[in-house]
Amino acid sequence: MSVSLLATAGWFPVWQRNFLVWRKLALPSILGNLADPMIYMLGLGYGLGAMLPSIDGQPYIAFLAAGTVCASTMNAATFEALYSSFSRMHVQKTWDAILNTPLGLADVVAGELVWAATKSLFSGAAILLVITVMGLTSGPLALWALPAIVLTGLAFAALGLIWNALAPSYDFFMYYFTLFITPMTLISGVFFPTDQLPGWLAFVGQCLPLAQGVALIRPLLAGQVPADALLHVGVLLATAAVAFAIALRLTRRRLLK
Amino acid sequence: MAALSVDSLRKAYGDSEVVAGLSFAVQPGTCFGLLGPNGAGKTTTLRLCLGLTAPDAGRITLGGHAIPQDAQAARARAGVVPQFDNLDPDFTCAENLLVFGRYFGLPDAEIRARIPQLLEFASLSGKADARIATLSGGMKRRLTLARALVANPDIVFLDEPTTGLDPQARHLIWERLKQLKAAGKTLILTTHFMDEAERLCDTLIVVDHGRKIAEGSPRELIATHIEPQVVEVFDESCGRLPGFVENHRQLAERVEASGETAFFYCRDAAPLLAALADEDGLRYMHRAANLEDVFIKLTGRELRD
Repeated sequence: MSVSLLATAGWFPVWQRNFLVWRKLALPSILGNLADPMIYMLGLGYGLGAMLPSIDGQPYIAFLAAGTVCASTMNAATFEALYSSFSRMHVQKTWDAILNTPLGLADVVAGELVWAATKSLFSGAAILLVITVMGLTSGPLALWALPAIVLTGLAFAALGLIWNALAPSYDFFMYYFTLFITPMTLISGVFFPTDQLPGWLAFVGQCLPLAQGVALIRPLLAGQVPADALLHVGVLLATAAVAFAIALRLTRRRLLK
Repeated sequence: MAALSVDSLRKAYGDSEVVAGLSFAVQPGTCFGLLGPNGAGKTTTLRLCLGLTAPDAGRITLGGHAIPQDAQAARARAGVVPQFDNLDPDFTCAENLLVFGRYFGLPDAEIRARIPQLLEFASLSGKADARIATLSGGMKRRLTLARALVANPDIVFLDEPTTGLDPQARHLIWERLKQLKAAGKTLILTTHFMDEAERLCDTLIVVDHGRKIAEGSPRELIATHIEPQVVEVFDESCGRLPGFVENHRQLAERVEASGETAFFYCRDAAPLLAALADEDGLRYMHRAANLEDVFIKLTGRELRD
């Protein structure tokens, strides 16, 4: 055991703790994360899709399937970084217990960040598997969606941890969904192409992190290399890094004052 | 070298200075008590010593490490029993110890090898696979103590370790703390129970409003600050107490009245006891002065919230 090992991988035992809890409830957790988005996707995809023309040569259900992977990834990371992290930080005082060990707050918040991204990977990968079995993806390029899911998850985990650091109670999280997540979902090309929107609104949507994930994942699932892939990767990485730094600063102000 | 030394420590929140120039040193292998009424700054002092908040001024050295600069290395050699239990409710007793040991960077095999003896120390040998929700308050405290020992620390911080426990559970905790001291560990204890401090502490300080107002061993403090004998006189609801106090004030060095009780602090209690023998309607108790008398004298009788 060395201090240098702790310094570089202090987030890992925090991640491991959350993984051990999750493992006890894994099956209901996966089914719960899978069922809701799949019901929406199948219902809207086949019901609504039957009335729609194909989009960019894709049937609507395949278009929506890619959007569902992105939205579920975002939701899984967001729920974990808000409700679950808040339970551990504020209700169970798990973070306080960890801070009495050699680990520091940066280790705790980084462990939570990576864990929330891991949850989003479980969720995104499960949906990816189902839609692949259904024949809604084409070719091995779809496997590259997995790292894109992780990146999207990291960005939303970090954004969620900012809101977590500011939250006085669980009720506060409703605002995050109503003011940010839900409107973003509607203007990021999850359910319909953004060229249906007024130009300025489409532009706003494009600048938000969900659209970056959509721009990477949808072409990959269709067997194409995404345009401007590096740009989207860069934006997601930068979002994760900046949001993490802000979240850490705010959490430090909250817990170590 | 002191296991923990604190020099001219200050910490303010807004306008209120919670720790106002506190200094003390704790010798290795001793039990050090940090006593004071609610809001005296005890928990803040512990948080400062562990590097969980930055001081406004002053120096702290824990296990040879400067705090807060080197706090993470110092905490690797420290164990903490916090005031409120924060065991992991999703885990069993054994899993709580395993997960906590990982935070110290210990390999799983090493932690698993230690778990049986830690559970035995906590008198929880049969409870390795029990969930936290099924434990009593005393069991949770003992598991929290075992958890603090998972990395075999040199120094253990205990923030009100027996608050809310029944007498049996308190005695078991005291027994274990004495064992730890016998094994050479340094203990830092905050408590509201003066009997607890008197039993366990080699040295203690009394703090109020963030300042040290007394320091010494329990015996020294009693000898220095208070008369050796106390007679508590209780009014049996016939209203004679005020008159009795008025007439016999000169038989004690000091008298304090608190509601239906008067405390006579004496060097020689015999004349007072003789006078009490002739009184009807008053009940009394004659005892040696203790740390609680010192504490009340130093910090006053009014409530602290």
